[in-house]
Amino acid sequence: MASTSDTLVHPDVRGYADVNRDAMRLLTRPGPGYLALLGMSVSLVGLAAFCWMWQLAYGMGMSGLNNPVGWGTYITTFVFWVGIGHAGTLISAILFLFRAAWRQSIYRFAEAMTVFAVLTAGLFPIIHIGRPWLFYYLLPYPNQRQIWPNFRSPLLWDVFAVTTYLTVSSVFFFIGLIPDIAAARDAAVVPWRKKAYSVLSLGWRGTDREWKHFTRAYLFLAALATPLVLSVHSVVSWDFAVSIVPGWHTTIFAPYFVAGAILSGVAMVITIVVPVRKIFHLEAYLTPMHFDRLAKLLLLTSTIVGYAYGMEYFMAWYSGELYERDVFLDRVSGDYWWAGWSMITFNGIVPHLLWFRRVRENLNYFFIISIIVNIGMWYERFVIIVPSLAHSYMPWQMVNYHMSWVEAGILMGSFGWFFMWFLLFLRFLPGLSIAEIKEVLPPPMRGTRETRLHAQQVPERQEIVEQPAPATAHLKRAQGE
Amino acid sequence: MRKPKTGVLGVFPYLDDTTEAIRRCRQEGIPVTVYSPTPRHEIEEALEATESPVRIFTLVGAFTGTASGAALAIWTSLDWPLITGGKEIVSLPAFTVIMFELTVLFGALATVIGLFINARLPQFFGEGKYHPSFSAGNFGVFAHIAPEKFETARTIMTESGSEEVLVEHAQ
Repeated sequence: MASTSDTLVHPDVRGYADVNRDAMRLLTRPGPGYLALLGMSVSLVGLAAFCWMWQLAYGMGMSGLNNPVGWGTYITTFVFWVGIGHAGTLISAILFLFRAAWRQSIYRFAEAMTVFAVLTAGLFPIIHIGRPWLFYYLLPYPNQRQIWPNFRSPLLWDVFAVTTYLTVSSVFFFIGLIPDIAAARDAAVVPWRKKAYSVLSLGWRGTDREWKHFTRAYLFLAALATPLVLSVHSVVSWDFAVSIVPGWHTTIFAPYFVAGAILSGVAMVITIVVPVRKIFHLEAYLTPMHFDRLAKLLLLTSTIVGYAYGMEYFMAWYSGELYERDVFLDRVSGDYWWAGWSMITFNGIVPHLLWFRRVRENLNYFFIISIIVNIGMWYERFVIIVPSLAHSYMPWQMVNYHMSWVEAGILMGSFGWFFMWFLLFLRFLPGLSIAEIKEVLPPPMRGTRETRLHAQQVPERQEIVEQPAPATAHLKRAQGE
Repeated sequence: MRKPKTGVLGVFPYLDDTTEAIRRCRQEGIPVTVYSPTPRHEIEEALEATESPVRIFTLVGAFTGTASGAALAIWTSLDWPLITGGKEIVSLPAFTVIMFELTVLFGALATVIGLFINARLPQFFGEGKYHPSFSAGNFGVFAHIAPEKFETARTIMTESGSEEVLVEHAQ
């Protein structure tokens, strides 16, 4: 028997029916831990709503933003959340094209994370503009003087990039869910759930016609999502790089931002998946192999990001550009030295502990490292944005920015908003990709070992009619019916 | 030719039995609808499936997006020629970003439309009999056949290893 360290799915998962049973378990009545987490998330959303209302009532003076620092926590957090989404698309689309079979059990979580992260990110430009009811100024339409938006502006590119990313990620997420929602429909016993799943599954029945077109459509969606994911954070980076602010005006920004985005995204996948595995007992599907692969991704992207940090300093020195050199020196020795060193330590040094197998294979250490990287990546965006603006050309202009309590509340609330949607997703939609996990299981063939095991699990027709199928029975029992 | 709505459904726990039933039905000239919990190449081979036309939708959608992005950025810039940042009115390098994003957006949406049209989704009253175990672990082969020929299909299903055979009379 193969060991769990080199298998995609634990040998205890013996047949297709097991996958349905375990995936449906996620949809059953949640425990107190789940409810406590959901309650905490909703409370944080409430806090953010209060802070935002306060800002709307008393104006942008309630934030720490002022000349010369016009971009602060909101834009930092926007870039952070857009970046978080990237690992989801990497795992769901890019690894799909590379036929990396290990993505199967993990990609649905990562994809949901992408959709909710971009949904969270999208709030921040609206909060940042101060008068959110005028957000439609961002859209491409002519104003009263018949002037259209400036298509040469990276800010408008960003509007196109982020809205396209949100739309395509959501479509990709939903299309992948259809066969699994159909499985949930067939197993559901609660009438409203059955009805909801029937509508959401669009009448999917798993016919040869459906699969034929579905598999091609999924492949093309993945092929379209792959360049998209690389472009989105490139475009976000050009919000900075196209300007002439010292510390922003560099050509390495696009690959540097994309690598950073994937680093933060992979860290967030780990932050999510480790507790989900524990709470929902998914050890059979999220095996040490998955964590080993994630650790290697984290190591790779951390190395690229560390190289970019080094290159930034090298170029600041080698260019001989006075302002550039001064800004970079200020990042590690000025008023924001703590943020600068946190960024370098948390993203460029701490992940290298994963070279050690003992650290990599200990999920507690791995979880802590992922949280450290998340914090480090938020600091990275903060360090790029704020010190450059606070310390640009004229010494008399150099005024520090401090995050206000309103901004801190909205920042914390963004985590509540993200986790609220994620927890609701876990409760109502299949978190394990049922159909795709079955692709990596050996198909049931007559006379093989798999066949005999499979035969023990799929009940006879008579049993299906008179008794609920195993997954259904489990669902019913857990829902107290 | 439209497939008959009546027919015989075989429920199979094994993939090789399923492909056997498909081949035998096809040899008899009986059109089939196959149900499976996951896509399998063995089934596609048994059905001798042709290439899906969804790719054409993707291609047309993507090119439409490129053209739309170019048209939007160029036309709106020419509509009120205002020089910004000392750049040309038609600044193609900058407009490439808009063209790229709309290529992906339109390509993805057209792919979904292609999927829905070709797979006939949404479809809440699908033709042929269905069994909830198909989304769990079983495979199904529905032979579209007139009631007077039910016995032929029933024999194929049973001999191929179907654990259960169900018939669908006129709807």
